[in-house]
Amino acid sequence: MVDLKQRPVARKAAGRTPPERPRLRDRVSRVEVRWSPYLFIAPFFVIFAVFGLFPLVYTAWVSLHDWDITGAGAFVGLDNYVTLFADPDFWNSVYNTVGMLVLATVPQLLMALVLASLLNQRLRAVTFFRMGVLLPIVTSVAAVGIVFSQIFDRDAGMVNGLLGLVNVDAVDWRADKWSSWTAISTMVNWRWTGYNSLIYLAAMQAIPRDLYEAATVDGAGKIRQFWSITVPNIRPAIVFTVVMSTIAGMQLFTEPLIFGQGSFAISGGSLRQFQTVSMYMFEKAFRDFDYGYGSAVAWMIFLLITLLGVVNFLITRRSR
Amino acid sequence: MITRKTQPLLYATLLVGIVLSAFPLYWLFVVATRSNDVVGDWPPPLAPGENLWDNLGRLFAAEDANFLLGMGNSLLTSAVVTVSVVFFSSLAGFAFAKLKFRGRNGLLLVILATMMIPVQMGIIPLYMIMVELGWQNRMEAIVVPALVSAFGVFLMRQYAEQAVPDELIEAARIDGCSTFRIFWSIVLPALRPGAAVLALTTFMGTWNEFLWPLAVLEADNPTVQFSLSQLSTTYYTDYTLMFTGALVATVPLLLVFIAFGRQIIGGIMEGAVKA
Repeated sequence: MVDLKQRPVARKAAGRTPPERPRLRDRVSRVEVRWSPYLFIAPFFVIFAVFGLFPLVYTAWVSLHDWDITGAGAFVGLDNYVTLFADPDFWNSVYNTVGMLVLATVPQLLMALVLASLLNQRLRAVTFFRMGVLLPIVTSVAAVGIVFSQIFDRDAGMVNGLLGLVNVDAVDWRADKWSSWTAISTMVNWRWTGYNSLIYLAAMQAIPRDLYEAATVDGAGKIRQFWSITVPNIRPAIVFTVVMSTIAGMQLFTEPLIFGQGSFAISGGSLRQFQTVSMYMFEKAFRDFDYGYGSAVAWMIFLLITLLGVVNFLITRRSR
Repeated sequence: MITRKTQPLLYATLLVGIVLSAFPLYWLFVVATRSNDVVGDWPPPLAPGENLWDNLGRLFAAEDANFLLGMGNSLLTSAVVTVSVVFFSSLAGFAFAKLKFRGRNGLLLVILATMMIPVQMGIIPLYMIMVELGWQNRMEAIVVPALVSAFGVFLMRQYAEQAVPDELIEAARIDGCSTFRIFWSIVLPALRPGAAVLALTTFMGTWNEFLWPLAVLEADNPTVQFSLSQLSTTYYTDYTLMFTGALVATVPLLLVFIAFGRQIIGGIMEGAVKA
């Protein structure tokens, strides 16, 4: 048996051998090192699973039922979808959404490209210009809706005032598809052009200068250089903005709702001229309380977005 | 690259762009300081008037809109969501960038995929969950689902990858620091610039949230965007009132922008380079 009094001496003699308590600590710390990464990422996955993924998947289940505010009714299989495919109001909202998506994305990204190449020149007051083009995304989204609703008002609006200067009759912007789409797309374009231009600008600044110098030596003009050097080199940024704009555009909601005003707001005008799919889903689920049918709409939007994502991907891959 | 001759043209074009992007904001301010009878005039009044205080009084007194409560609710929910998103995103971003564990790459792919998912399409079951929890018309319904963000995790992972040297972490390990201690004392301070960008975008995003609050809240306990939409459905002929509301709802974002504009720009441009 070890004499208790000798232990401290023995320990000193042993020099570097680790004492007993730290060894336990070692084992604890090995467990800690192994499991703490999982602990660190767990909050994201738990909360996302409960409040993000589960609701999304459960939407499909709800859509197979006759489900209203009183709870789950009968299982009806694909009945909601059969009704949906024959529902002109639904297709109308798809048409409106895609129409506004095109009117809002194409000019927006083209303007952003031009703006970015201007900002990419040697400039004074760089920060002033960059902050200036970014002002629109600082505006509250409902505020954007309110301001542009007034600017596009039939009687009091500035756009009609300007048109009057060139002898064009006042337009009732809310009345028709093309006019309401134009007004709403203008809001989206105004809000996001500057943001996208900064994304392009960042990509442009990564292009090596000597590419342009070589092109100049070869006699290529500015415009030729833009299409043959700039655009191909910032392709990843362009793909990124196209995908993001498409996903956001398919869920367009706030701007048309505010533009609608009054009692026809959620139906996007008295004849549903500018009702988007998100608005239609909201109308079915939260005004008519038809959860089953609303879920079918939601799931179709989801599929549509996924489909557009795949199409986007294929097009951009082919044009490589 | 650009010659002397084209310089003025370049500045002129850019100035036109700046005017176009600033004008609606300026118009917001002008109308908010005017009275209703001149708003529709042609040519439109382009200088501010003296009615701002009147309009503010009417705004805060407007029934159905509950504007002050809406502002309070939005400040509260945006602040809580911002702190939470930044914390959990930094934590998970650090784990994905700097710690080794089984399934890391697979789980990171899951995060990338969820960034593309339009989660808004799940709001009907989400609403049912809130009914079960008794959170209808309560701020918990706005805050809790937004506590984490896939985009945030991804952003912070990218940032941690280059901002935190591996040697620093190794040294701390040898000194006997726990992993959380390493995160708290070494990683978090190094992540501060990236976290600032995430905080700003999260704050703006939460402030602008509209579809979900409209679904789960009632007009007597709104967020600020909900209040604005109430104004625009109830008082849609009263332009000065709506514009005053829109102006007040934009002021917090403008303040954030003035204070942190450079960082926001840096964040957008860095994010883009990586994307």
